[in-house]
Amino acid sequence: MAHEHAYVAGAFEHPLRLAPDKSVAQLHAEVAKGALEDAGLSLHDVDGYFCAGDAPGLGPLSMADYMGIRPRHVDSTETGGSSYLIHLAHAAQAIAAGTCNIALITLAGRPRSEGSIATTPRTWNVGTPESPFEVPFGANSANLYAMCAKRHMHEFGTTPEQLAWVKVAASHHAKHNPFAMLPRVVTVEDVLNSPLVADPLHRLDCCVVSDGGGALIVTKRDIAKSLARPLVRLIGAGEAIAGQEGGRIDITRTAAAKSGAAAFEQAGVRPSDIDYASIYDSFTITVILQLEDLGFCEKGKGGSFVADGNLIAGIGKLPVNTDGGGLCNNHPANRGGITKAIEAVRQLRGEAHPAVQVRDCRLALAQGTGGYLGTRHGSATVIFERES
Amino acid sequence: MSAALLSAIGEASAETATYWEATAAGVLMLRWCKACGQPHHYPRTLCPFCFGETEWRESTGHGEIYSFSIQRRVSQEYAIAYVMLEEGVAILTRIVDCRLEDVQIGQKVVVAFQPTVDGKMVPVFRPT
Repeated sequence: MAHEHAYVAGAFEHPLRLAPDKSVAQLHAEVAKGALEDAGLSLHDVDGYFCAGDAPGLGPLSMADYMGIRPRHVDSTETGGSSYLIHLAHAAQAIAAGTCNIALITLAGRPRSEGSIATTPRTWNVGTPESPFEVPFGANSANLYAMCAKRHMHEFGTTPEQLAWVKVAASHHAKHNPFAMLPRVVTVEDVLNSPLVADPLHRLDCCVVSDGGGALIVTKRDIAKSLARPLVRLIGAGEAIAGQEGGRIDITRTAAAKSGAAAFEQAGVRPSDIDYASIYDSFTITVILQLEDLGFCEKGKGGSFVADGNLIAGIGKLPVNTDGGGLCNNHPANRGGITKAIEAVRQLRGEAHPAVQVRDCRLALAQGTGGYLGTRHGSATVIFERES
Repeated sequence: MSAALLSAIGEASAETATYWEATAAGVLMLRWCKACGQPHHYPRTLCPFCFGETEWRESTGHGEIYSFSIQRRVSQEYAIAYVMLEEGVAILTRIVDCRLEDVQIGQKVVVAFQPTVDGKMVPVFRPT
């Protein structure tokens, strides 16, 4: 992106949170159609296609064929929930390299209809090297993130009340979102009184399990300018992954430190410049760790940073996840990364709900985490700017 | 207390066969690099720090709890944990033979072994 920025011309979030009568492929097609209509483009304009592990079939082959896309550039980078923000960066790179002009990114799934349960350990392909050393002990998403929270509490004095504030903020936003799965406002006490899932995480510290999906259209400047939508450009992106380091673990630090630093450097801005942030919120602790590692606050101070409504639009210093986030609105396919970019685009266009719209929103950040903090994860940071 | 059943490992690879033979005999083994001299876990043939050749060495089996969580809302609650071994590498495991309410970060623990549903022995830890 040294010469010309890429632009997000279309963004669409599926309105459903429960879709038992739709196939996963159908959901991908519906969000693709929605994003193209949002941009004012058609199926035949798409010449780049990006999808990840939620897409049924073999990488992009099945979905491109199903939807009738004839791409000249495909990318199926898979890093869990962070995939789609990495796709944004890769789409920008592909556009800059001239290998496509109009890129489509899709995510969709139906874990709610299929009865996904967070306390069930995931099984992986035969031959996954870490599995025999983790699966027998009952490692799952809830207890792995819980161990991160427990260690963060031990090292930095973070409290369950501070974790709960992340959920409280999300619920204050979700009440304005007619599509949100959990639109009811909750209090810190409500979170603490909800049943423990994996100490110290309560049920209300965990994101929703929802069906649905989302899609984005990325294109070059002259095409974006020819369309009727506000101009939102990608000015910085970073990606990173982290694992157990052969056993030298530090589960309170995430790869967001690297992906964030790269994105801020490329964008030439600082955390204090950001008007709105979408921060991946699989669990409340996920938000605290990423805010610290992105530099919105000092390492270890994330608990006090999120407390007292600091993430609530119109109240706090940093409005976060004004759609209600994964905690209250939507976490489609158990990996809601694309929704982070979608709400950031809404904010920059001035199309967020009026009650949560950030005034004169010029710079927005979207942060995704995929896989599992606690074992191995991907991180992607993107920074968007509204072009006036 | 009785331990919650440990789920199946599945087919162990030839790469880690020695590890599972050792756990069956009540011994925890770590891989040490012959080139850089560092241990790691889980075990690999090539060192994840330098790609040097590695060899098996017996762990002391002693360490302390780095972090843990009590898994609730399952038929039998359990304490999943990372134990930092004396050798300086963390191992994902469970804490057993104590009240779940008593588990703490920093607690000294020692290795023990419990069977999985498919008959393998895996290392768990109990307070010393």
